[in-house]
Amino acid sequence: MPHDHSDHDDPQSLLPPDPALRVKALETLLTRKGLIDPAALDVIIDTYAHKVGPQNGAQVVARAWSDPAFLAALRENATAACAGMGFEGRQGEHLVAVENTPRTHNMVVCTLCSCYPWPLLGIPPGWYKSDAYRARAVRAPRAVLAEFGVHLPEGQTVRVWDSTAEIRYLVIPQRPEGTEGWETGALAALVTRDAMIGTGLAKAAT
Amino acid sequence: MSAAAPEPVFAAPWHAQAFALTVHLHARGAFSWPDWAKTFGAVLAEHGLRRDLDGGDDYFLAWVEALERICARCDLAEAAALAELKAAWIEAYLATPHGAPVHLRGT
Repeated sequence: MPHDHSDHDDPQSLLPPDPALRVKALETLLTRKGLIDPAALDVIIDTYAHKVGPQNGAQVVARAWSDPAFLAALRENATAACAGMGFEGRQGEHLVAVENTPRTHNMVVCTLCSCYPWPLLGIPPGWYKSDAYRARAVRAPRAVLAEFGVHLPEGQTVRVWDSTAEIRYLVIPQRPEGTEGWETGALAALVTRDAMIGTGLAKAAT
Repeated sequence: MSAAAPEPVFAAPWHAQAFALTVHLHARGAFSWPDWAKTFGAVLAEHGLRRDLDGGDDYFLAWVEALERICARCDLAEAAALAELKAAWIEAYLATPHGAPVHLRGT
């Protein structure tokens, strides 16, 4: 923005938005009390902004598709199986993997707030946090799926999983046709964030 | 509701700060994660009564209010002290030439 912008005549225009000031006040007070380490905040932000994301979950899905022993471990205890790949939650949550089949399509929501498998998918997208999705995913899942361009066969049941602070879900999408013998790296590239929430499908093999 | 455009993880710096403060306080044992989710869920429900939340700024506005609420309840940050500090930050911003780093007086 140019520095001679007329907004600068109004001193209020120099102020950050109200919630930003409230966060600053909290950070200042908690730092003065020795309750937080400001440097740790930067590390957390950097981790979630740059290092943790759907690429983690995609690795889990690709391995589940190609390694039967890992799939069995994932079914048995997804928290431990993912921790074994270095993807661990810090909020004490249990992870459950739900597998799509020709008969059942799984879809995940958090009707309470926005619980989400952070270590595997990062920070949820805006729509996952919106009232529109949170309210309608349970009530009208097929209509929501249609808005995402997903049209399921009549005979496929939609099962909606409501996340909580204690339990987070990862959808294992159906493996695309024609990917037999593919390396896990190539398979992971077909696994989108939305496919692991259940609002999408894995990409077709090209 | 569309999945078309990629979006930044945090749309504003204060979204990221509020998120990090919460994760850090929890990691230090200030409160349990279920307690946080319950508090946050309650604020979202209250805010959602007035209008549908779009999951952007309004979502993090609810997040900040929930963080203030849980910090007050756990005796980490009192409302009066926060109001005083917010006023001090406003004063500091207004007294600082545009573009220069902003510091609280006496820090």
